[in-house]
Amino acid sequence: MSAALLIDILLWGSVLGVGLIAFRRGPPVFKASLREGSMDFINIVPRIALGVIGSGYIAAIIPQEMITGWLGPDSGWLGVATAVVAGAATPGGPVIGFSIGTVALKSGGGMPQVVAYVVAWALFAFQRVILWEIPFMPARFVWFRCAVSVPFPFVAAAIAMVIGKP
Amino acid sequence: MSERSPKIPAPAEDAESEPRPGRVRKPIGWSTIIIAVLVAVSAALVWRRDGTDGVLDILTHDLSLFSGILPRVLAGCLLGAFISEILPHEKVSRSLGPKSGLMGLLIGTAFGAILPGGPFTAYPVASALLAVGADFGATIAMVVSWTLIGYGRAVAWEIPIMGTDFTLWRIVISLPLPVLAGALGRFVYVRLYPKRASDEDAA
Repeated sequence: MSAALLIDILLWGSVLGVGLIAFRRGPPVFKASLREGSMDFINIVPRIALGVIGSGYIAAIIPQEMITGWLGPDSGWLGVATAVVAGAATPGGPVIGFSIGTVALKSGGGMPQVVAYVVAWALFAFQRVILWEIPFMPARFVWFRCAVSVPFPFVAAAIAMVIGKP
Repeated sequence: MSERSPKIPAPAEDAESEPRPGRVRKPIGWSTIIIAVLVAVSAALVWRRDGTDGVLDILTHDLSLFSGILPRVLAGCLLGAFISEILPHEKVSRSLGPKSGLMGLLIGTAFGAILPGGPFTAYPVASALLAVGADFGATIAMVVSWTLIGYGRAVAWEIPIMGTDFTLWRIVISLPLPVLAGALGRFVYVRLYPKRASDEDAA
């Protein structure tokens, strides 16, 4: 897939760029960061392995139909609230999240509700939080960030209600 | 900012300073245990429903996914380590620290929006920013900006699946959210941890 290739090029290009800056600060700085990055990698791999390999099982027991059902035709704030819960509960990666959003749009879900769903999924889908964010960041920060993020799918839905459809 | 911040030595102006000691990570925390239990229970349920074949199908699929992700995780870790090494502690705490004001939140937002890659870059880099003196508010702005207005996921997944119109519209709606989330984060943080916040001001 070309988009994935592009992302890899940008990613490794950035690593090379900052690596070069570190190298120009002197080999000790470069070596220290290289060692630190590799140690981080080694420490994180078991947790990423657990998450990536395990997430397939979690996704398999939460049926997509259940999530889609929550994004029903209820068009008010209750619909927004269920969409937020559905976003947080959606297992799997971006393909599943966005596909559910598309299905909801096509089957008559309201725009603000679908926006709330996509924003909630982006902000605190449980699987990304436990699989990626907690292994890399201090747990205290992660819980704090998730708690602070809770109002924002509702804010997004409110903006969508005010400015209307694209 | 985090529990480990006191261990970070005082910021040095010059780049020739001693490299920081490695950040300490607990290899197994309670969240790892929760995930392990969740995975074990889910795998057992899949086994009961689909038998051994079902379990093996998912395992092979996820193993190939994992091997594809590994190099990117390495790139993310290196990116985070280099960034935390080359960013001057002093400047970061001035422009992204607790007293950086709206400007700090805007810088965090801009940084999250242009950051390449996926979660394997965003979280190591965010963690590095925290370690070199960014506060929760600016880091929240960065993470929220990456997830809501960053181009990586939008280009790779959202536009192909949900369409360009919806994606652009959704991004426009999301534009104010990172700064608002960062501001709310700062507002709550100062009230939740008044002592820690004043320690950071003094630092």
